[in-house]
Amino acid sequence: MFIPHTDKERQAMLRTIGKDSIKDLFADIPESKRFPVLDLPEGISEMEAYKQMSMLASANNSCDEMISFLGAGAYHHYIPAAVDLLLLRGDFFTAYTPYQPEISQGTLQAIFEFQSLIANLTGMEVSNASHYDGATAAAETCISSYYHFRKKRANIIISPFIHPHYIETIKTYLQAIKEIEIRIPDISKPVDFKDSIRQLVDKNTALVMVQYPDFLGNILDYSSVSSFVHENGALFATVVYPMALGILKSPADMDADFIIGEGQSLGLPLNFGGPYLGFFTTRRELIRKISGRIVGETEDEDGKRGYVLTLTAREQHIRRGKATSNICTNQGLNALAVSIYLSLLGKKGLKEVAYQCYQKAHYTASQIERINGYKVLNEQDFFNEFVIQCPSDVMEIQNNLLEKGIIAGYNLESDYPTRKNQLLIAATEQNTREDIDFFVNSLREVTIV
Amino acid sequence: MSEPTVYELSSEGRFSITFPTLDIPETKIPDDLLREDVPLPELSELDVIRHFTNLSRLNYSIDEGFYPLGSCTMKYNPRINEVTARNHGFANTHPFQPVETIQGNLAVMYILQEWLKEITGFVAASLQPAAGAQGEFVGSLMINAYHKSRNDNHRTNILIPDSAHGTNPATSNMSGFDIVNIPTDNRGNINLSALTEVCNKSTAGLMLTNPNTLGLFEENVLEINDIIHKAGGLVYGDGANLNALLGIVKPGELGFDIMHINLHKTFSTPHGGGGPGSGPVVVAKHLADFLPEPIVGIIEEGDDEIPPLYGFIYPKKSIGRMKSFHGHFSIIVRALTYLLMQGKDGLLEVSNHAVLNANYLMSLLKEDYTLPFDRICMHEFVLEGVWKDIEGIHALDIAKRLMDYGFHPPTNYFPLNVKEALMIEPTETESKQTLDRFVNAMLSIAKEAHETPDLLTKAPHNTPVKRLDEVKAAKDLILCCRVSDKRE
Repeated sequence: MFIPHTDKERQAMLRTIGKDSIKDLFADIPESKRFPVLDLPEGISEMEAYKQMSMLASANNSCDEMISFLGAGAYHHYIPAAVDLLLLRGDFFTAYTPYQPEISQGTLQAIFEFQSLIANLTGMEVSNASHYDGATAAAETCISSYYHFRKKRANIIISPFIHPHYIETIKTYLQAIKEIEIRIPDISKPVDFKDSIRQLVDKNTALVMVQYPDFLGNILDYSSVSSFVHENGALFATVVYPMALGILKSPADMDADFIIGEGQSLGLPLNFGGPYLGFFTTRRELIRKISGRIVGETEDEDGKRGYVLTLTAREQHIRRGKATSNICTNQGLNALAVSIYLSLLGKKGLKEVAYQCYQKAHYTASQIERINGYKVLNEQDFFNEFVIQCPSDVMEIQNNLLEKGIIAGYNLESDYPTRKNQLLIAATEQNTREDIDFFVNSLREVTIV
Repeated sequence: MSEPTVYELSSEGRFSITFPTLDIPETKIPDDLLREDVPLPELSELDVIRHFTNLSRLNYSIDEGFYPLGSCTMKYNPRINEVTARNHGFANTHPFQPVETIQGNLAVMYILQEWLKEITGFVAASLQPAAGAQGEFVGSLMINAYHKSRNDNHRTNILIPDSAHGTNPATSNMSGFDIVNIPTDNRGNINLSALTEVCNKSTAGLMLTNPNTLGLFEENVLEINDIIHKAGGLVYGDGANLNALLGIVKPGELGFDIMHINLHKTFSTPHGGGGPGSGPVVVAKHLADFLPEPIVGIIEEGDDEIPPLYGFIYPKKSIGRMKSFHGHFSIIVRALTYLLMQGKDGLLEVSNHAVLNANYLMSLLKEDYTLPFDRICMHEFVLEGVWKDIEGIHALDIAKRLMDYGFHPPTNYFPLNVKEALMIEPTETESKQTLDRFVNAMLSIAKEAHETPDLLTKAPHNTPVKRLDEVKAAKDLILCCRVSDKRE
C-alpha cells in the first residue's frame, strides 16, 4: 500500500544496485533472526479500514451524543469550521520541523504569531513555541527553575490544587534528579492554603507553582504569595486555564515569572486527551534558561523580513549531554490551530466565550444549590468550574445520570480522599440552558435524600 | 513583500465569529477580577483564511515534493488517516468519560499495543509518550527504576555511540546518568573493543539506534547486546529507524530490552510542521511492570457475542505518568488506520522498498559524492557534502542549492561522526522517477560546485526568502509582536 513501484521498475533498480533480489539487501542482519513471521492480519482496502474504524468510533458515546459537564483540565468548547479546514492544507500538515527556514516561512511565521498571541493573552513578555501539554510544560518549568539557580536551590513547592495529572507528571520528570525535593502543602489540616505555602518557602526554594483558576475552580489572587516568594529570591509560576483570560486578570498582574498551561481550550478537539498543547511563557530575562523551541524575527540577505528558529544553543541537537531538556519538537500543528482559533475569535470573540462560560457555570451552580441536600463548596468566586457536595453516593448519582445521557462531572475522591461525594462540574458556551435545566432536574430526580 | 502578521492585519472593531445570545440570568462579575483589555487581533473570517493560506504557500511539504530528510522518514501521509481521526465518535470524547462510554477508544489503543508488540517482538507496550524524545526519556527512567528495584544502586553510566541523535545524551542527562561515548569503527559499526573496555558494574545501559544514523545495520548487534547484558546493563533501542525493519527483523529478538517507536515516522502520521507526534514504548517481560501509566488491558474477556471490556491498567512499579491523560490519541487512531491497511505483507513491503530506494540512490550518487562507509545500506545513507578539490563549498551550500531544484534538502551536519554529513532517506513511497530526478539534481549540483560554485554559495535563489541572518535573530530577540505593531 502506498508503494508506487512496478515490477519493471523494481528490476531496473536492483540491476543498478547490482543485486538479484530485495532479500539480498538484508545480508547484514543475523540470519537466524531475519524475516520473522508477523502474526498479524492481511492488509485491507481503504474502504474496509474506514468502516472498521467507524465501527470502533461508534462503540463510544461522544460528548456530541451526551450532555457533558466534564472539565478537569479538558474542555468541550466550540471550534469554528475554519480552524480544521486550514489545518488540512497539506502545506502545513505534511511539512517537517522548520530546520530549513528559506522553505519553511509559513510554519515559522505561524509559530511566531502563536508566540505573539500567547504572550499577549497571558500578558507575559515571551512565549516559546509550545510543549507537549500543560503537564509537561509544568514539569519543564520546574527543571528550568532548578537550573536557573545553578542547582543551588533544590526545593520546589507545588500547590495541591494544581491538576493532579500535572503533579504526577512533575514527580515523574524529576524522579531522577535526586537533589530536588518536591513539597506539597498538607491540606488535611484546615489551614489557609496561602499560609501553608508561605510556611514552606525558604532560601532553598527554587520555585513555587500554583494554578489559576485552581483545580477546584477557585479564582485566587496570588499577589501576596508571589511577593513573598520573590522576597525569598525564588521564582513564581502559575498554571493557567487560558480561556479564563478572556475576561479575568492575568497572573502576569501578580508578577508571575512563568505562566504555563494547557492550550486545548483554544481550538483543539477533546480527542480523548490528546494531542494537546502546553503553552509556556516567561519574562524576557529568563528566556535563555527555558527549554523548547523558539522562533525569532530576522532578515534575509536582501533585508526582507523572515523568521528562524533561534537560541538553539540551548537545545539537545547542539548541547547534547549538557542540555537540560531533550525536547526536539513543539506541538507544531496544534500551535497553528491555536493561532487560527485566537485570530478568528479575536478580542471580541474570546471575551464573549469566556463570559458565557462564566455565566453558564454560575447559572448551573445556582440551580444545583436549589436542590435539597446539594451545596456549592467554592469559597471564592469561580470561573467555569465548581465543586458540589452531593447528599448521597456520588457514583450512584453519576451512573443514574449516565443512563439519561448526562456526564455529571468529575468525582474528586480519587484525587482528594477526604472529598467524599463531591463532584467537579464544568460548563462551557456549548451547554445550553435546556441542557443545564435537564441536568439539574435529572439530578433532583436521581437523588434520594 | 512579506506576509503581514495577524497583528498588522488587525482593524479596530472588526470581528468574525459570533455566538448565541445568552438566555440565562446573568451574574455580575466582581470588578476586581476583570481584566481591562484582551490584546488579540481583530479580523474577519476571510482575513484569517487568506492570511493562513498565504502562509501555507511559503512552506515546502511532502505534498509538494520529495523530502529526503534522513532520520525523519518523510513518507506519504495517507488522507484516510485524517478522516478516521476526525470521526466525531473519537474526536469529541473526553479523557475522563466513564469507561463504558469509551470502549471504542480503548479498543483502538489495545489493538495498536498488540500490533506494535508483534511487529517489534516485545511483550508489553505503553502508548503514553507524547513524542520520540519522551519515549526515550521513559526508556532511561525505566532503566534507572529497574536497577534500583534490584538494589543495584551504582549503575550511573549510559553508553552512547558517537553517531547517536542529540536526544540520547540529553535524555540521559535528564535521567541523572553520566554519559560515556563509544566510537564507531571503520565499517560504521560500534567499536566493539572500546565498548568492552568501558562496560562494567557502573554500566546502567546502552542506547543503540539500529540501523544506526549512518543507515547501517549494526552487524555485531547480538554480541553488543550480549556484552551489555553480561555486564548487568540494559539495552535501549532508539526506534527512529524502524522503517527499515518491518517484517525484516524484530528488535525484541535481537536482545533489546526497551524501544520507542515514532508513529509519525514509521506509521505515516503527519509531522505537522514539527508535531504533534507520538512515541509509544515497547518492552521485554522484565520491564513490563515499570511502564508509564496507564496502559490499556482487557478487564473482562469477551466471547462470540459480547466484545471484551477494556479498561486502564496501572503497572505495579510504574515510573509514573509522563503527561496528562492517555497519550496522543488522535495520532494513535491514524497509526492504527495505516496498520490495518498495510497488514503483515504490506509492512514487509514498506521496509523492502524503503531499503531498495535508499540503495538505489546510494548507488547512483556514490561516484560523485564521497560515501564514507561503502556498504549496503538500510533505509538511509550518509554522504560527505564536500569535495577534496574544491574549497569553500559545504554541505550547507548543497542543501540550499537543492531548494532551487525543487527538493527539500537532506538532513545535514548530522551524524556528527561524518564530516559535512548529508543524510538521505527516500522512504518507500517515492517512485523511481522521483528518485531519478533527485539524482539528476544532485549530479548537476556536483558539476556546478566545480564549475560555477557561486550558484551554490549564494543559493537558494528561488525561495520566498534567501538565507536568513540567524545571528541577528539571536541578538535582537524579537520573539513576538503586539497590538501596537499595526500598520497604518
